[in-house]
Amino acid sequence: MKLDTSGLESFPSLISHGSNVTGEISAPPSFELPNSNDFDGFLKEAIQMVKPAKGTTTLAFIFKEGVMVAADSRASMGGYISSQSVKKIIEINPYMLGTMAGGAADCQFWHRNLGIKCRLHELANKRRISVTGASKLLANILYSYRGMGLSVGTMIAGWDETGPGLYYVDSEGGRLKGTRFSVGSGSPYAYGVLDSGYKYDMSVEEASELARRAIYHATFRDGASGGVASVYYVGPTGWKKLSGDDVGELHYHYNPVTPSTVEQEMVEAAGP
Amino acid sequence: MECVFGLVGNDFAIVVADSSAVHSILVHKSNEDKIMFLDSHKLIAASGEPGDRVQFTEYVQKNVALYQFRNGIPLTTAAAANFTRGELATALRKNPYSVNILLAGYDKEIGPSLYYIDYIATLHKLEKGAFGYGSYFSLSMMDRHFHSGMSVEEAIDLVDKCINEIRLRLVVAPPNFVIKIVDKDGAREYAWRESVKDTPAPSAE
Repeated sequence: MKLDTSGLESFPSLISHGSNVTGEISAPPSFELPNSNDFDGFLKEAIQMVKPAKGTTTLAFIFKEGVMVAADSRASMGGYISSQSVKKIIEINPYMLGTMAGGAADCQFWHRNLGIKCRLHELANKRRISVTGASKLLANILYSYRGMGLSVGTMIAGWDETGPGLYYVDSEGGRLKGTRFSVGSGSPYAYGVLDSGYKYDMSVEEASELARRAIYHATFRDGASGGVASVYYVGPTGWKKLSGDDVGELHYHYNPVTPSTVEQEMVEAAGP
Repeated sequence: MECVFGLVGNDFAIVVADSSAVHSILVHKSNEDKIMFLDSHKLIAASGEPGDRVQFTEYVQKNVALYQFRNGIPLTTAAAANFTRGELATALRKNPYSVNILLAGYDKEIGPSLYYIDYIATLHKLEKGAFGYGSYFSLSMMDRHFHSGMSVEEAIDLVDKCINEIRLRLVVAPPNFVIKIVDKDGAREYAWRESVKDTPAPSAE
Protein backbone atom coordinates (compact mmCIF):
# COMPACT_ATOMS: atom_id res chain seq x y z
CA MET A 1 0.00 0.00 0.00
CA LYS A 2 1.27 3.39 -0.91
CA LEU A 3 -0.16 6.69 0.13
CA ASP A 4 -0.23 9.60 -2.25
CA THR A 5 1.75 12.27 -0.50
CA SER A 6 2.02 14.57 -3.46
CA GLY A 7 -0.26 17.03 -1.72
CA LEU A 8 2.46 17.56 0.85
CA GLU A 9 4.96 18.74 -1.71
CA SER A 10 5.84 22.37 -2.12
CA PHE A 11 5.78 22.09 -5.91
CA PRO A 12 3.84 19.78 -8.21
CA SER A 13 5.94 16.93 -9.52
CA LEU A 14 6.77 17.13 -13.18
CA ILE A 15 5.20 14.73 -15.60
CA SER A 16 7.78 12.09 -16.30
CA HIS A 17 8.93 11.68 -19.83
CA GLY A 18 9.35 7.94 -19.68
CA SER A 19 7.31 5.62 -21.82
CA ASN A 20 5.79 3.83 -18.87
CA VAL A 21 2.29 2.80 -19.86
CA THR A 22 1.55 0.54 -16.93
CA GLY A 23 -0.14 3.33 -15.01
CA GLU A 24 2.89 4.72 -13.16
CA ILE A 25 3.15 7.73 -15.39
CA SER A 26 4.20 10.04 -12.62
CA ALA A 27 4.72 8.04 -9.48
CA PRO A 28 4.86 10.79 -6.89
CA PRO A 29 7.88 10.59 -4.61
CA SER A 30 6.69 9.19 -1.29
CA PHE A 31 7.96 8.01 2.08
CA GLU A 32 8.55 4.35 2.52
CA LEU A 33 5.61 3.06 4.45
CA PRO A 34 5.33 -0.10 6.49
CA ASN A 35 3.58 -2.95 4.76
CA SER A 36 0.62 -2.87 7.09
CA ASN A 37 -2.93 -1.56 7.19
CA ASP A 38 -2.86 -0.85 10.92
CA PHE A 39 -0.39 2.03 11.14
CA ASP A 40 -1.15 2.88 14.77
CA GLY A 41 -0.62 -0.74 15.76
CA PHE A 42 2.58 -0.95 13.75
CA LEU A 43 3.96 2.20 15.32
CA LYS A 44 3.12 1.00 18.83
CA GLU A 45 4.77 -2.34 18.17
CA ALA A 46 7.84 -0.70 16.66
CA ILE A 47 8.23 1.61 19.65
CA GLN A 48 7.81 -1.29 22.06
CA MET A 49 10.52 -3.19 20.20
CA VAL A 50 13.15 -0.56 20.78
CA LYS A 51 12.04 0.42 24.27
CA PRO A 52 14.66 -1.02 26.60
CA ALA A 53 14.20 -2.50 30.09
CA LYS A 54 10.82 -4.02 29.35
CA GLY A 55 11.56 -7.41 30.80
CA THR A 56 12.56 -6.91 34.39
CA THR A 57 12.36 -8.28 37.87
CA THR A 58 12.25 -5.85 40.77
CA LEU A 59 11.02 -6.36 44.29
CA ALA A 60 10.77 -4.59 47.62
CA PHE A 61 9.39 -5.47 51.01
CA ILE A 62 9.04 -3.98 54.46
CA PHE A 63 10.33 -6.01 57.39
CA LYS A 64 11.28 -5.48 61.04
CA GLU A 65 14.47 -3.51 60.34
CA GLY A 66 13.32 -1.45 57.36
CA VAL A 67 12.82 -1.95 53.64
CA MET A 68 14.69 -4.33 51.36
CA VAL A 69 14.84 -3.45 47.66
CA ALA A 70 16.28 -5.70 44.97
CA ALA A 71 16.42 -5.92 41.19
CA ASP A 72 18.11 -7.62 38.27
CA SER A 73 20.18 -5.63 35.77
CA ARG A 74 19.21 -6.78 32.28
CA ALA A 75 17.94 -4.46 29.57
CA SER A 76 16.36 -6.01 26.52
CA MET A 77 14.95 -4.66 23.28
CA GLY A 78 12.63 -7.36 22.09
CA GLY A 79 14.77 -10.48 21.89
CA TYR A 80 18.08 -8.59 22.02
CA ILE A 81 19.87 -8.10 25.32
CA SER A 82 21.11 -4.53 25.12
CA SER A 83 22.81 -4.39 28.51
CA GLN A 84 23.64 -6.63 31.44
CA SER A 85 24.63 -3.83 33.80
CA VAL A 86 21.67 -1.48 34.22
CA LYS A 87 21.10 0.33 37.51
CA LYS A 88 17.43 -0.47 38.02
CA ILE A 89 17.44 0.77 41.59
CA ILE A 90 17.47 4.53 41.37
CA GLU A 91 18.77 6.56 44.29
CA ILE A 92 16.28 9.42 44.70
CA ASN A 93 17.92 10.77 47.85
CA PRO A 94 19.88 9.23 50.74
CA TYR A 95 16.63 8.00 52.33
CA MET A 96 14.61 6.99 49.31
CA LEU A 97 14.97 4.54 46.45
CA GLY A 98 12.94 3.94 43.31
CA THR A 99 12.87 0.86 41.16
CA MET A 100 12.74 0.75 37.40
CA ALA A 101 10.43 -1.41 35.29
CA GLY A 102 8.91 -0.52 31.94
CA GLY A 103 10.55 2.15 29.81
CA ALA A 104 14.07 2.91 31.05
CA ALA A 105 14.02 6.50 29.89
CA ASP A 106 10.59 7.20 31.38
CA CYS A 107 11.62 5.71 34.72
CA GLN A 108 14.98 7.44 34.83
CA PHE A 109 13.61 10.80 33.82
CA TRP A 110 10.65 10.85 36.20
CA HIS A 111 12.68 9.54 39.12
CA ARG A 112 15.26 12.29 38.54
CA ASN A 113 12.37 14.73 38.32
CA LEU A 114 10.97 13.34 41.57
CA GLY A 115 14.38 13.72 43.19
CA ILE A 116 14.35 17.42 42.29
CA LYS A 117 10.85 17.89 43.70
CA CYS A 118 11.81 16.08 46.91
CA ARG A 119 14.89 18.30 47.36
CA LEU A 120 12.82 21.43 46.80
CA HIS A 121 10.31 20.21 49.38
CA GLU A 122 13.19 19.69 51.79
CA LEU A 123 14.49 23.23 51.23
CA ALA A 124 11.03 24.81 51.51
CA ASN A 125 9.89 22.90 54.59
CA LYS A 126 13.19 22.19 56.37
CA ARG A 127 12.30 18.51 56.64
CA ARG A 128 12.49 15.50 54.38
CA ILE A 129 9.42 14.57 52.36
CA SER A 130 7.50 11.48 53.46
CA VAL A 131 7.46 8.39 51.27
CA THR A 132 3.68 8.83 51.06
CA GLY A 133 4.09 12.37 49.77
CA ALA A 134 6.85 11.54 47.31
CA SER A 135 4.96 8.60 45.83
CA LYS A 136 1.88 10.76 45.45
CA LEU A 137 3.87 13.47 43.65
CA LEU A 138 5.02 10.85 41.15
CA ALA A 139 1.60 9.20 40.85
CA ASN A 140 -0.07 12.55 40.14
CA ILE A 141 2.46 13.38 37.41
CA LEU A 142 2.05 9.95 35.81
CA TYR A 143 -1.74 10.23 36.07
CA SER A 144 -1.67 13.55 34.26
CA TYR A 145 0.18 11.90 31.36
CA ARG A 146 -1.92 8.73 31.28
CA GLY A 147 -2.77 7.30 27.87
CA MET A 148 0.07 9.27 26.28
CA GLY A 149 2.45 6.35 26.06
CA LEU A 150 4.47 6.54 29.27
CA SER A 151 5.52 3.14 30.53
CA VAL A 152 6.51 3.12 34.19
CA GLY A 153 6.13 0.47 36.86
CA THR A 154 7.94 1.53 39.97
CA MET A 155 8.17 1.08 43.68
CA ILE A 156 9.07 3.99 45.93
CA ALA A 157 10.76 2.70 49.06
CA GLY A 158 12.27 4.70 51.87
CA TRP A 159 12.46 5.70 55.48
CA ASP A 160 10.69 8.80 56.81
CA GLU A 161 9.48 10.20 60.14
CA THR A 162 6.85 7.46 60.34
CA GLY A 163 9.31 4.65 59.70
CA PRO A 164 9.69 2.48 56.62
CA GLY A 165 7.42 3.18 53.65
CA LEU A 166 6.68 1.34 50.44
CA TYR A 167 4.44 2.30 47.54
CA TYR A 168 3.78 0.83 44.11
CA VAL A 169 3.21 3.45 41.41
CA ASP A 170 2.51 2.87 37.71
CA SER A 171 1.91 4.85 34.53
CA GLU A 172 -1.80 3.97 34.51
CA GLY A 173 -2.02 6.23 37.53
CA GLY A 174 -2.26 3.47 40.10
CA ARG A 175 -0.68 3.93 43.52
CA LEU A 176 -0.79 1.22 46.16
CA LYS A 177 0.55 1.19 49.70
CA GLY A 178 1.82 -2.18 50.81
CA THR A 179 4.41 -4.28 52.57
CA ARG A 180 5.46 -6.54 49.70
CA PHE A 181 5.60 -5.81 45.97
CA SER A 182 7.28 -7.18 42.89
CA VAL A 183 7.13 -5.55 39.45
CA GLY A 184 8.16 -6.66 35.98
CA SER A 185 7.93 -9.68 33.72
CA GLY A 186 9.74 -11.83 36.27
CA SER A 187 7.54 -10.73 39.14
CA PRO A 188 5.34 -13.85 39.31
CA TYR A 189 8.46 -15.96 39.83
CA ALA A 190 9.84 -13.53 42.40
CA TYR A 191 6.50 -13.49 44.25
CA GLY A 192 6.61 -17.28 44.43
CA VAL A 193 9.87 -17.20 46.37
CA LEU A 194 9.13 -14.00 48.27
CA ASP A 195 5.67 -14.98 49.56
CA SER A 196 6.82 -18.38 50.79
CA GLY A 197 9.92 -17.05 52.53
CA TYR A 198 8.60 -13.76 53.91
CA LYS A 199 8.35 -13.13 57.64
CA TYR A 200 8.07 -9.71 59.25
CA ASP A 201 10.59 -10.67 61.91
CA MET A 202 13.71 -11.04 59.83
CA SER A 203 17.22 -9.80 60.37
CA VAL A 204 18.86 -7.67 57.68
CA GLU A 205 20.94 -10.69 56.65
CA GLU A 206 17.92 -12.99 56.31
CA ALA A 207 15.96 -10.35 54.42
CA SER A 208 18.76 -9.58 51.99
CA GLU A 209 19.26 -13.28 51.32
CA LEU A 210 15.50 -13.68 50.64
CA ALA A 211 15.55 -10.72 48.25
CA ARG A 212 18.63 -12.00 46.44
CA ARG A 213 17.16 -15.50 46.13
CA ALA A 214 13.85 -14.19 44.81
CA ILE A 215 15.67 -12.21 42.12
CA TYR A 216 17.89 -15.19 41.29
CA HIS A 217 14.91 -17.55 40.86
CA ALA A 218 13.12 -14.96 38.73
CA THR A 219 16.15 -14.55 36.45
CA PHE A 220 16.38 -18.33 36.19
CA ARG A 221 12.85 -18.68 34.78
CA ASP A 222 12.35 -15.32 33.08
CA GLY A 223 14.42 -14.89 29.92
CA ALA A 224 14.08 -11.13 29.99
CA SER A 225 15.68 -10.85 33.45
CA GLY A 226 19.30 -11.49 34.28
CA GLY A 227 22.70 -9.94 34.86
CA VAL A 228 23.41 -9.15 38.50
CA ALA A 229 21.04 -9.26 41.44
CA SER A 230 21.54 -6.04 43.41
CA VAL A 231 20.15 -5.70 46.91
CA TYR A 232 19.65 -2.43 48.76
CA TYR A 233 18.54 -1.92 52.35
CA VAL A 234 16.86 1.21 53.67
CA GLY A 235 17.09 1.68 57.41
CA PRO A 236 16.72 4.61 59.83
CA THR A 237 20.03 6.06 58.64
CA GLY A 238 19.29 5.84 54.93
CA TRP A 239 19.98 3.36 52.19
CA LYS A 240 22.95 1.10 51.76
CA LYS A 241 23.86 -1.25 48.95
CA LEU A 242 24.36 -4.69 50.41
CA SER A 243 25.24 -6.87 47.45
CA GLY A 244 25.47 -7.20 43.70
CA ASP A 245 25.98 -10.75 42.53
CA ASP A 246 26.17 -12.15 39.03
CA VAL A 247 23.20 -14.50 38.79
CA GLY A 248 25.32 -16.97 36.81
CA GLU A 249 27.65 -17.27 39.77
CA LEU A 250 24.69 -17.34 42.16
CA HIS A 251 23.35 -20.32 40.25
CA TYR A 252 26.45 -22.35 41.09
CA HIS A 253 26.40 -20.97 44.63
CA TYR A 254 22.84 -22.24 45.12
CA ASN A 255 23.34 -25.40 43.03
CA PRO A 256 26.88 -26.61 43.69
CA VAL A 257 28.30 -29.02 41.13
CA THR A 258 28.75 -32.41 42.72
CA PRO A 259 30.88 -34.96 40.96
CA SER A 260 28.31 -37.58 40.03
CA THR A 261 29.17 -41.23 40.17
CA VAL A 262 29.48 -42.84 36.78
CA GLU A 263 26.76 -45.44 36.56
CA GLN A 264 27.96 -47.27 33.51
CA GLU A 265 31.29 -47.10 31.80
CA MET A 266 31.25 -47.27 28.08
CA VAL A 267 32.87 -50.50 27.02
CA GLU A 268 34.95 -51.06 23.97
CA ALA A 269 33.05 -52.91 21.32
CA ALA A 270 34.39 -56.39 21.09
CA GLY A 271 36.55 -56.84 18.05
CA PRO A 272 36.24 -59.67 15.63
CA MET B 1 -12.60 -9.41 39.51
CA GLU B 2 -14.25 -6.39 41.00
CA CYS B 3 -17.32 -6.81 43.16
CA VAL B 4 -19.08 -3.83 44.70
CA PHE B 5 -22.59 -3.98 46.10
CA GLY B 6 -24.79 -2.30 48.66
CA LEU B 7 -28.27 -2.16 50.14
CA VAL B 8 -30.50 0.02 52.29
CA GLY B 9 -31.93 -1.35 55.50
CA ASN B 10 -34.00 0.04 58.32
CA ASP B 11 -32.25 3.31 59.31
CA PHE B 12 -28.92 2.32 57.80
CA ALA B 13 -27.21 1.56 54.50
CA ILE B 14 -24.47 -0.97 53.85
CA VAL B 15 -21.85 -1.03 51.11
CA VAL B 16 -19.50 -3.88 50.41
CA ALA B 17 -16.45 -3.94 48.14
CA ASP B 18 -13.78 -6.46 47.30
CA SER B 19 -10.26 -5.44 48.30
CA SER B 20 -8.07 -6.80 45.51
CA ALA B 21 -5.71 -4.72 43.39
CA VAL B 22 -5.22 -6.79 40.27
CA HIS B 23 -2.91 -6.34 37.29
CA SER B 24 -3.57 -8.91 34.52
CA ILE B 25 -2.90 -12.21 36.31
CA LEU B 26 -1.19 -10.70 39.35
CA VAL B 27 -2.84 -9.77 42.61
CA HIS B 28 -0.66 -6.91 43.83
CA LYS B 29 -2.61 -6.39 47.01
CA SER B 30 -5.59 -8.00 48.73
CA ASN B 31 -6.30 -5.44 51.43
CA GLU B 32 -6.98 -2.35 49.33
CA ASP B 33 -9.88 -0.39 50.83
CA LYS B 34 -12.13 0.72 47.96
CA ILE B 35 -14.76 2.36 50.16
CA MET B 36 -14.00 5.95 51.09
CA PHE B 37 -15.63 8.18 53.66
CA LEU B 38 -17.03 11.18 51.79
CA ASP B 39 -17.88 12.95 55.02
CA SER B 40 -19.12 11.91 58.44
CA HIS B 41 -22.37 10.40 57.07
CA LYS B 42 -21.49 9.35 53.52
CA LEU B 43 -19.73 6.36 52.01
CA ILE B 44 -18.48 6.11 48.45
CA ALA B 45 -17.63 2.67 47.07
CA ALA B 46 -15.95 2.74 43.69
CA SER B 47 -14.83 0.23 41.12
CA GLY B 48 -12.96 0.84 37.89
CA GLU B 49 -9.46 1.71 36.73
CA PRO B 50 -7.26 2.11 39.80
CA GLY B 51 -5.88 5.51 38.84
CA ASP B 52 -9.26 6.98 37.97
CA ARG B 53 -10.87 5.44 41.01
CA VAL B 54 -8.54 7.07 43.51
CA GLN B 55 -8.24 10.41 41.70
CA PHE B 56 -11.97 10.79 41.19
CA THR B 57 -13.16 9.73 44.65
CA GLU B 58 -10.55 11.96 46.29
CA TYR B 59 -11.68 14.84 44.06
CA VAL B 60 -15.31 14.35 45.09
CA GLN B 61 -14.34 13.99 48.74
CA LYS B 62 -12.35 17.23 48.70
CA ASN B 63 -15.15 19.13 46.96
CA VAL B 64 -17.76 17.90 49.43
CA ALA B 65 -15.47 19.07 52.24
CA LEU B 66 -14.99 22.44 50.50
CA TYR B 67 -18.77 22.91 50.28
CA GLN B 68 -19.06 22.23 53.99
CA PHE B 69 -16.30 24.74 54.83
CA ARG B 70 -17.87 27.44 52.66
CA ASN B 71 -21.48 27.02 53.71
CA GLY B 72 -21.29 25.58 57.17
CA ILE B 73 -23.70 22.79 56.34
CA PRO B 74 -22.94 19.46 54.73
CA LEU B 75 -24.36 18.39 51.37
CA THR B 76 -27.26 15.99 51.54
CA THR B 77 -26.63 12.54 50.11
CA ALA B 78 -28.83 13.39 47.13
CA ALA B 79 -26.85 16.59 46.51
CA ALA B 80 -23.53 14.76 46.73
CA ALA B 81 -24.81 12.10 44.32
CA ASN B 82 -25.96 14.74 41.84
CA PHE B 83 -22.63 16.58 42.14
CA THR B 84 -20.77 13.33 41.49
CA ARG B 85 -22.98 12.57 38.49
CA GLY B 86 -22.43 16.06 37.14
CA GLU B 87 -18.65 15.74 37.35
CA LEU B 88 -18.78 12.38 35.57
CA ALA B 89 -21.08 13.81 32.91
CA THR B 90 -18.80 16.78 32.13
CA ALA B 91 -15.78 14.48 32.01
CA LEU B 92 -17.64 11.97 29.83
CA ARG B 93 -17.18 13.92 26.56
CA LYS B 94 -13.59 14.97 27.34
CA ASN B 95 -11.57 12.36 29.14
CA PRO B 96 -13.99 10.09 30.90
CA TYR B 97 -13.24 8.60 34.30
CA SER B 98 -13.86 4.86 34.21
CA VAL B 99 -15.38 4.59 37.66
CA ASN B 100 -18.61 3.08 38.84
CA ILE B 101 -19.89 4.35 42.15
CA LEU B 102 -22.24 3.31 44.89
CA LEU B 103 -22.93 6.24 47.20
CA ALA B 104 -24.53 5.53 50.54
CA GLY B 105 -25.48 8.17 53.05
CA TYR B 106 -27.69 9.06 55.98
CA ASP B 107 -29.58 12.35 56.30
CA LYS B 108 -31.49 13.41 59.40
CA GLU B 109 -34.88 14.05 57.76
CA ILE B 110 -34.62 11.61 54.87
CA GLY B 111 -32.97 8.63 56.47
CA PRO B 112 -30.59 6.25 54.71
CA SER B 113 -30.23 6.23 50.94
CA LEU B 114 -28.18 4.49 48.25
CA TYR B 115 -27.26 5.92 44.87
CA TYR B 116 -26.00 4.06 41.84
CA ILE B 117 -23.76 6.12 39.52
CA ASP B 118 -21.91 4.50 36.64
CA TYR B 119 -19.06 5.78 34.47
CA ILE B 120 -21.44 7.06 31.78
CA ALA B 121 -23.03 9.26 34.45
CA THR B 122 -26.25 7.36 35.02
CA LEU B 123 -27.80 8.18 38.38
CA HIS B 124 -30.30 5.97 40.14
CA LYS B 125 -31.63 5.98 43.66
CA LEU B 126 -31.91 2.36 44.69
CA GLU B 127 -32.58 0.09 47.63
CA LYS B 128 -29.96 -2.36 46.42
CA GLY B 129 -27.33 -2.17 43.72
CA ALA B 130 -24.15 -3.79 42.46
CA PHE B 131 -21.24 -3.37 40.03
CA GLY B 132 -18.69 -5.68 38.45
CA TYR B 133 -18.64 -9.43 37.87
CA GLY B 134 -19.94 -9.99 41.38
CA SER B 135 -23.12 -8.14 40.47
CA TYR B 136 -24.48 -11.14 38.54
CA PHE B 137 -24.55 -13.16 41.73
CA SER B 138 -25.22 -10.51 44.35
CA LEU B 139 -28.06 -8.86 42.41
CA SER B 140 -30.11 -12.06 42.13
CA MET B 141 -29.24 -12.94 45.70
CA MET B 142 -30.47 -9.55 46.88
CA ASP B 143 -33.57 -9.74 44.64
CA ARG B 144 -34.50 -13.01 46.33
CA HIS B 145 -33.69 -12.25 49.96
CA PHE B 146 -33.96 -8.47 50.29
CA HIS B 147 -36.97 -6.83 51.85
CA SER B 148 -37.31 -3.22 52.85
CA GLY B 149 -36.69 -2.37 56.47
CA MET B 150 -34.11 -5.08 57.15
CA SER B 151 -32.30 -5.12 60.48
CA VAL B 152 -28.50 -4.90 60.62
CA GLU B 153 -28.30 -8.62 61.45
CA GLU B 154 -30.51 -9.57 58.49
CA ALA B 155 -28.56 -7.29 56.17
CA ILE B 156 -25.17 -8.64 57.23
CA ASP B 157 -26.56 -12.14 56.80
CA LEU B 158 -27.57 -11.24 53.24
CA VAL B 159 -24.18 -9.62 52.56
CA ASP B 160 -22.46 -12.81 53.72
CA LYS B 161 -24.76 -14.84 51.47
CA CYS B 162 -23.68 -12.69 48.52
CA ILE B 163 -19.98 -12.97 49.39
CA ASN B 164 -20.28 -16.75 49.75
CA GLU B 165 -22.08 -17.05 46.41
CA ILE B 166 -19.38 -14.96 44.71
CA ARG B 167 -16.64 -17.10 46.23
CA LEU B 168 -18.54 -20.26 45.20
CA ARG B 169 -19.45 -19.41 41.62
CA LEU B 170 -17.13 -16.68 40.31
CA VAL B 171 -13.94 -18.03 38.71
CA VAL B 172 -11.98 -14.88 39.37
CA ALA B 173 -13.47 -14.32 42.82
CA PRO B 174 -11.56 -11.91 45.06
CA PRO B 175 -10.56 -13.36 48.43
CA ASN B 176 -11.30 -10.43 50.70
CA PHE B 177 -14.12 -7.93 51.20
CA VAL B 178 -14.75 -4.80 53.29
CA ILE B 179 -18.16 -4.05 54.72
CA LYS B 180 -19.04 -0.50 55.76
CA ILE B 181 -22.20 0.86 57.31
CA VAL B 182 -23.70 4.33 57.56
CA ASP B 183 -26.53 5.20 59.95
CA LYS B 184 -27.58 8.07 62.23
CA ASP B 185 -24.33 7.73 64.20
CA GLY B 186 -22.22 8.19 61.06
CA ALA B 187 -20.25 6.14 58.60
CA ARG B 188 -17.94 3.44 59.89
CA GLU B 189 -16.15 0.26 58.95
CA TYR B 190 -18.24 -2.72 60.01
CA ALA B 191 -16.06 -5.73 59.24
CA TRP B 192 -13.65 -7.42 56.86
CA ARG B 193 -14.37 -10.80 55.34
CA GLU B 194 -10.92 -12.20 54.66
CA SER B 195 -9.98 -15.61 53.35
CA VAL B 196 -6.38 -14.57 52.63
CA LYS B 197 -4.25 -12.41 54.87
CA ASP B 198 -1.99 -10.15 52.88
CA THR B 199 0.63 -9.65 55.54
CA PRO B 200 0.78 -12.17 58.34
CA ALA B 201 2.74 -9.67 60.43
CA PRO B 202 2.00 -6.35 62.09
CA SER B 203 2.17 -3.69 59.41
CA ALA B 204 4.73 -1.07 60.26
CA GLU B 205 3.08 2.33 60.26
